[in-house]
Amino acid sequence: MRKKNLVIGISVVAPSIIAIAIFVYGFITWTLRVSFSNWNSFSALLRGEYKFVGLRNYIRLFQDTRFQTDLWNTLFFTLFFLFGTIALGIIMAILVDKGLKGSRLFQNLFLFPMAISFVVTGTVWSWIFAPGNLPNNPQGLNLLFQKLGLDNLMWGWYTSTDSLGHFNLALIPVIIAAVWQLSGYTMAMYLAGLRGIPNDIIEAAKVDGASEWKIFWRVKMPLLTPITLSALIILGHISLKIFDLVFAMTGSGPNFVTDVPAIYMFELTFRSNRYAMGSAIAIIMLLFVAIVIVPYLFSSMRGEKR
Amino acid sequence: MKKIFTYFFLILISLYILVPLYVLLATTFKPLQEIGISDMWKLPKDWSLSGFIKAFQKLGPNLKNSFYLTIPATIISAFIGSINGYVFSKVKFKYANLIFAIILFGMFIPYQSILFPLIRFLQSIKLYGTISGLILVHVVYGIPITTLIFRNYYSEVPNELVEASYMDGAGFFKTYTKVLFPISIPAFVVVIIWQFTNIWNEFLFAVTVTSSPDKQPVTVALVNLAGSQVVEWNVQMAGALLTALPTLVVYVLLGKYFIRGLLAGSVKG
Repeated sequence: MRKKNLVIGISVVAPSIIAIAIFVYGFITWTLRVSFSNWNSFSALLRGEYKFVGLRNYIRLFQDTRFQTDLWNTLFFTLFFLFGTIALGIIMAILVDKGLKGSRLFQNLFLFPMAISFVVTGTVWSWIFAPGNLPNNPQGLNLLFQKLGLDNLMWGWYTSTDSLGHFNLALIPVIIAAVWQLSGYTMAMYLAGLRGIPNDIIEAAKVDGASEWKIFWRVKMPLLTPITLSALIILGHISLKIFDLVFAMTGSGPNFVTDVPAIYMFELTFRSNRYAMGSAIAIIMLLFVAIVIVPYLFSSMRGEKR
Repeated sequence: MKKIFTYFFLILISLYILVPLYVLLATTFKPLQEIGISDMWKLPKDWSLSGFIKAFQKLGPNLKNSFYLTIPATIISAFIGSINGYVFSKVKFKYANLIFAIILFGMFIPYQSILFPLIRFLQSIKLYGTISGLILVHVVYGIPITTLIFRNYYSEVPNELVEASYMDGAGFFKTYTKVLFPISIPAFVVVIIWQFTNIWNEFLFAVTVTSSPDKQPVTVALVNLAGSQVVEWNVQMAGALLTALPTLVVYVLLGKYFIRGLLAGSVKG
């Protein structure tokens, strides 16, 4: 009986396993193969002759100033986005967790952006941050600043080509939009964690005379470390592959100030038929994500066994 | 005093969250004469549905496409997830955890890394550019998350319950339909909401797998609408509102389950 169920069970999941084997691992191998090829035009693809060119596409990419910009943008976007979502998420969770009247309402409000498409978020924020024709015909936030007499706060937002070192300031509005969308998610993770902390630990700390502030930083935060780690990994991997939001909000921007690898990949593959170059970017993105995700996956699977 | 501080910060954060919503609603319901840039932050003087109607005329067919895509894809992937979850939680076989981890990795990959082969494959089986093609794509790449949610849910069900059913002579499928399926409603709700929201909101597959405008889901149509300079702002914002509306309604009505799906996505065993 047991053996029979085993056979049936395995044959029930077999189609899914095969589908993932083909659609994930098979296709990744295929992309990898394309990234080592000379398929950089439509006619090369049509001819279908596979010519192995080794790492040529990768070398070209790393020499390409646009791709270099993309890597810097990804780095700074990720840093500020992670800091923003985690900080705001914790603050939201602390405030909501106090359980004042109406907390539930605030909690639901903070989380609602997660139900909305990145494309919608991008469309709306792109209008809010649209600079208008400066200095005389401002638009969006600039218009608001002008009306409030804060003219010197007006700037080009996502059209600005200013930078601090390698940090393109045009990324700031994109980061604000991304934090807007995902801080509620972080809040939900922290809230689940806070509510899982046994009450007697908190009570014991109170009996010992610890202040609320101290309880939070010395008792609760250490217990929430696994949550911070999960949040960093989940948000980090989202940020490494960010596409929809930037595409809908700003595109690559003047001088590629808001360009990211995913947009460059999309344009190379679907606009200029340079499939091999596009595939090389895709593989680099996959490596970035894998570095973050694979250890996480294995540690959470192992944690489960114990 | 402390309370006032808490409310102060709660309201401050709420303002940040509400700004886009305000702009969206205020612009959507402005008549054509009022959508000059200088009135952007004002509420409409005359509330008008003209922008909304125009957006609906433009996006109506795409909304329909999104429903044709999202509903079947959601239902199919929920059932696949359920049966997979049963096997991964109740049938002990060798390397089950390793295989499961390998499947799970599929939900984290940047889909760019499978996109080109995927499209070549869809072209070769004549599903490229069709809604059915997109359904297939979402069902396949939905396997990891749906399996995960059901697996975690069924892990909470005592093994004895399943064993007892086997003892009574019920087979593999009968145990599923008589024991597990009837208590699966909450997990189905979570998975259905999760998949519905994700597939509805998805953009990358939508824009690369469909090519002709009459087959495009609404997210793609919205980006095209917003990208064209000639379209008035109130129409664009109304379009954004229309695109967001179905998932927003689901969130307002069933938010509790949405959060569960959200948290399941961060794995945690």
